[in-house]
Amino acid sequence: MAKGEIVLGCLAPHPPHVVYAENPEQNEAFAEGGWETLRWGYHRLARKLKSIEYDSIVIFTPHWQTYIGTHFLGLPKFKSKSVDPVFPNLFRYNYDISVDVDLAEVMCKYASDSGIVSMMMRNPDFRIDYGTITSCHMLNPDWDKPVVTISSNRNAHYYSPEVMNEQASALGEACARAIYESGKKVVLVSSHSLSHRHFVTEAPLPEDMSREHIYNHSQYVWDMKLVDLMRRGEMREVIDIMPEFTEQTIAETEAGGLTWMMAAMGYPDYPAEIYGYQSVIGTGNLIAAWDPLESTRELVL
Amino acid sequence: MEEAEVLFGIYCPPHPQPLLSPEASEGYGKLRSAFDECKNRIEESGADLILVYSTTWPSIIGHQIQAHPEPEWVHVDDDFHFLGSMPYKFRMDVDFAEEFSESAKARGLHSRMVSYDGFPIDTGSVVALKLLNPENKIPACIVSSNMYANRAETIVLGKAARDALKTQNKKAVVVVVSSLSNRMFTEHIDPAEDRIHSSKDDEWNRKILEFFEDGRLEDLSQLSREIHGQIRVQKVVAYKPAWWMAAVMGQHNNYEGEVMAYESLHGSGGAVATLTPSSGSFGDKEFDEDDVEFYHGDRDVLNKGMV
Repeated sequence: MAKGEIVLGCLAPHPPHVVYAENPEQNEAFAEGGWETLRWGYHRLARKLKSIEYDSIVIFTPHWQTYIGTHFLGLPKFKSKSVDPVFPNLFRYNYDISVDVDLAEVMCKYASDSGIVSMMMRNPDFRIDYGTITSCHMLNPDWDKPVVTISSNRNAHYYSPEVMNEQASALGEACARAIYESGKKVVLVSSHSLSHRHFVTEAPLPEDMSREHIYNHSQYVWDMKLVDLMRRGEMREVIDIMPEFTEQTIAETEAGGLTWMMAAMGYPDYPAEIYGYQSVIGTGNLIAAWDPLESTRELVL
Repeated sequence: MEEAEVLFGIYCPPHPQPLLSPEASEGYGKLRSAFDECKNRIEESGADLILVYSTTWPSIIGHQIQAHPEPEWVHVDDDFHFLGSMPYKFRMDVDFAEEFSESAKARGLHSRMVSYDGFPIDTGSVVALKLLNPENKIPACIVSSNMYANRAETIVLGKAARDALKTQNKKAVVVVVSSLSNRMFTEHIDPAEDRIHSSKDDEWNRKILEFFEDGRLEDLSQLSREIHGQIRVQKVVAYKPAWWMAAVMGQHNNYEGEVMAYESLHGSGGAVATLTPSSGSFGDKEFDEDDVEFYHGDRDVLNKGMV
């Protein structure tokens, strides 16, 4: 059997606002638009994904929070409605998702063999988190590829961002070995914002873009520091400063997604493709991708 | 206007074991028995309303109040999904939710009601309402715990709930859903061997329970920051449930306290305790921090260029 590979890594933030603004038929809420810089960036990345041959999407989400190890979706179908607990006015999405259970089981086994507490989630009533749905919808609105969702074990809460970095790295390396052995071509998705301080009030019209800006300038400066390192292909340094970045900006990287993905991809030393950066209710959101194949790697923005 | 009438308060844990697997350990069974006793007391109390503050319902946009008249779903816990599903259908007091939300706004808070089919009611609220009010004999109201809110905002939210109770002249049982120490084991355990994660957590939990037994709720409220630093995993900015509970119940130490059960739940501290207003009890209070009536928002010092 041919060996598997990671064909693309995507940093794909999941504010439900971007799905809301798209007005897909699956979502009950209606918007007049908004957050175009992010949405258009997503559209372009989705077009690139259409040009890539791959079998499955593996997504690491901060909104399936687990404290007892790392959990993997373990049933072939999930069909239900996801309502965002924070923004129910924006996101009430009817989903019908296929899961690559074989790949999930291999990753769970490799993680477990690496000493990481791991388990499969096989309760059919389990509701898929809105982070998975938002990122996957924006990257692949046709939903024509199976997904695997990996929960985020909250090591940053229980220990520290440094421990999170170590644990997420170990998980990423285990997942990479599993993908290699599976023979599958896989797109990795790290679903989260960068800086993550929210406004605690909302405009009467949520998509009123005159109200949208980063929470404060220090968040912006930190976000730009990371973008600059990504452009230069210095992902090892990004992960090295991740604990400080996470603490300084209350970043959603605390869940470990970016560290997991970079470890799985061997800490790329080539430039990231930057697709867009925009604030959503004060948080800093970057869409970026890492294409291991130099011949298809692009300078997007 | 009449004084708000809080018949009694219940402090109970959010974990699903007492609901889904009470037979798995002696401790889970004791917690379940305590929930069952509380259910009986609520039914006999003549309450018009069960008012729930849940630490497992985090909000960001101000304070959210459940206002769907009959929320219905099958809930599954993120960690303990293997214990089974939790189908629920609750009866909410929509009029009270509206009054509570308006009262919160009148005190300077950002508040809104949520009424959406399929809204994900949190594990803690589901466990509490299924065990304390299984037949929906009494309508309920659930309010979220804003992840950024600190003391002033949380106390004002409690006072807003009290305002709403006064305005509608309703008799309420107040339910706070929260662990004591909240550090769980990070690996799977045999429930029969469950224990509090550390001796330090256990000692602090028992000290908190002494305060409950003495009816010293306001003193517990004053200790919240210390409790947060000592035995709470730093998921949010502060340990808030005692602030809210004290504010809604009148900010004093005159309660009859009863600790009905204290057991470990995968390492965390789970207690079912009740506080009933009385004219006796401890009485003294140690007000270390200012009381606050109206929320004026963040001080916003960064944007004012203050040094």
